[in-house]
Amino acid sequence: MAHYRGYLTLLVTPVQWLVDVPTRVWMTVNSKITDRDALQQENGRLRSDILLMSRQLQRMDDLTTENARLRLLLNGSRRLDERVQLAELIGVNADPFIHQIVINKGLRDGAYLGQPVLDENGIMGQLVEVGPYTSRVLLITDNQHALPVQVDRSGFRALLLGNGSKQSLRLDHVPDTADIQVGDLLLSSGLGGRFPAGYPVAEVSEIVHDPGRPFALVRAVPRARLDKSRHLLLVTRQEPPLLDGPIADPVAAPPTASAPASSGSSASGGQP
Amino acid sequence: MAAAPHNRWVILLTFLLALMLSAMPLPEYVEWGRPQWVALTLIYWVAALPNRVGPWQAWMLGLLLDILQGSLLGIHALSLAVIAYIIQLLHRRFRMYPVWQQAMLVLVLIGTYQMALQWAQTLTGTGSDTLLFLLPSLISTLIWPWLFVVLRSVRRALQVR
Repeated sequence: MAHYRGYLTLLVTPVQWLVDVPTRVWMTVNSKITDRDALQQENGRLRSDILLMSRQLQRMDDLTTENARLRLLLNGSRRLDERVQLAELIGVNADPFIHQIVINKGLRDGAYLGQPVLDENGIMGQLVEVGPYTSRVLLITDNQHALPVQVDRSGFRALLLGNGSKQSLRLDHVPDTADIQVGDLLLSSGLGGRFPAGYPVAEVSEIVHDPGRPFALVRAVPRARLDKSRHLLLVTRQEPPLLDGPIADPVAAPPTASAPASSGSSASGGQP
Repeated sequence: MAAAPHNRWVILLTFLLALMLSAMPLPEYVEWGRPQWVALTLIYWVAALPNRVGPWQAWMLGLLLDILQGSLLGIHALSLAVIAYIIQLLHRRFRMYPVWQQAMLVLVLIGTYQMALQWAQTLTGTGSDTLLFLLPSLISTLIWPWLFVVLRSVRRALQVR
């Protein structure tokens, strides 16, 4: 059904395109009249960014090889490089209760249902409707979205739920004893089989331990600039997804029963 | 009503504009009060030309809106068709009303429309827990007199039949 629904979007693609025209005209004009000073400044900034990043990349090369070797030793599963495609935002859902955006890539460009979408800072969401030329992205802040994550520092696993607010996410079923702190970085754990593992998702912003509640209330701020990014990345996974069910299955996450053993899991699965 | 259709593309054009206005990105705090452009335009055309625009056309328009907004397929279609049907029943009285009284009826109709949408969204788990979702119907009521004047002058100038 979702597949055929994608073709229906052909009917409204012209409307979406027309709505986007003013923004594109504005951006073109803006880039035409940017003055030389600003460009030079930006150029300088980009150069220094490249320098910093290529340094990180050099270390990364080394680490990747080491990682591959260690995984080989452990007889662990391979982790392949993902193929990435650039997409552009062309529409935003007008309904404040539904956090969805429309991008300019579709079946023609190899997009598929459930494909992860990132921006330069982290995971943004996944495709829930793929038309021939456009597709619709469900953002991680939407009420209907859940994403299996792992705390970068301790390896503690949990489910990150959207709750309809653009600036806050909620970690589900976190016991009061879990090893988690304000400022912790949450990475995708890859357990749902839909999102690749190891991409930054959010940062823990608030932890409330309420004796009246069975679990701690943990809030996180998304890393991706969900309402600002215009250029997005579509990640194509080389290996087939573990689960090939309906869209709602990112919920197929780690069992929370294992959560009390967080210290144990950090010893076995976490970073040294 | 033997008059041959004349300049019917104007109706389509206004609907296209309404669809575009309802898909236009807005800042978050304004988004809560976005007027229901499509429903307003539909109310006008059904009241003005009930033999040209009715529940069927409203249904197709609603489907387009559903696809555009990614909502449950058919929910906008159903709500708009209901609005069109009510206005088609009432159109003689509706035309006699002064504009403020029309606006009151528009408030009720768009309020019902928003309630129906809200029910559907609650079914799919994305409902709102405040009554703020009714804000667009108030804004639409305030906009109705202006929209009415504009659309009427367009219809008269181009002799849309």
